[in-house]
Amino acid sequence: MENRFDMEFIGISENESLARAITSAFAAMLDPTVEELSELKTAVSEAVTNAIVHAYPYEPGTVGLSGKINGNTVYITVTDSGIGISDIDKAREPLYTGKPEEERSGLGFSIMESFCDRIEVMSALGEGTMVTLVKSFGSLKGES
Amino acid sequence: MSISKTEKNTLLVEITGELDHHTATKIRTKIDNAISKDYKNIIFDFSALTFMDSSGIGMIMGRYKKILKYDGKMTIVSPKPQVKRILEISGLMNIVTLETSINKALKRM
Repeated sequence: MENRFDMEFIGISENESLARAITSAFAAMLDPTVEELSELKTAVSEAVTNAIVHAYPYEPGTVGLSGKINGNTVYITVTDSGIGISDIDKAREPLYTGKPEEERSGLGFSIMESFCDRIEVMSALGEGTMVTLVKSFGSLKGES
Repeated sequence: MSISKTEKNTLLVEITGELDHHTATKIRTKIDNAISKDYKNIIFDFSALTFMDSSGIGMIMGRYKKILKYDGKMTIVSPKPQVKRILEISGLMNIVTLETSINKALKRM
């Protein structure tokens, strides 16, 4: 099937559960297993939490959430117009956190990577960050 | 969520629903207010926890560091598969024990 949605919300922590619920409802159209759906939901939660915690240090900004279904593959993109990531490779290292004082575990990107087929991260300092999560459902894996 | 003080210097912390960055921030303060040298052990009852992400790991690790100062112990009871998987990925299973009931967890304290 083909489908898409595009929305934005204020980057406040209350909206983390909103982003998960929307992603779940959208991806559920592909009839994933409980495990597949909870993996995608967890990955989205990590991406959205990163945008809320790290992108806007002074006041909450806008977080974009969009989704696309192509065949049995779902693409979820989380965007922000925040401060950007200066070193993406470092940010993706397991256990690295830019905010050690806030009890962040540093596992966000590791979880996104292990729960999705692949992730794409683009960022520009002062302009923002875009994270795309790609996950195929069902036994016939692979993007179509 | 609920926190109750029980036997063997133990805080029983039941977290229901979803444990993410938003809820972890609130829960953290409540638990920290209850930790003392008389209540240095923590049992997390996760039987009604339907979702957790890495913010939950950060919250658990932070509390573990706090009780370690009093030589306290931590046990997690009945995590659902999604929660258990996050616990495994985090490496927390190396320092925190898992149990299938609160009674069994209390025996470890």
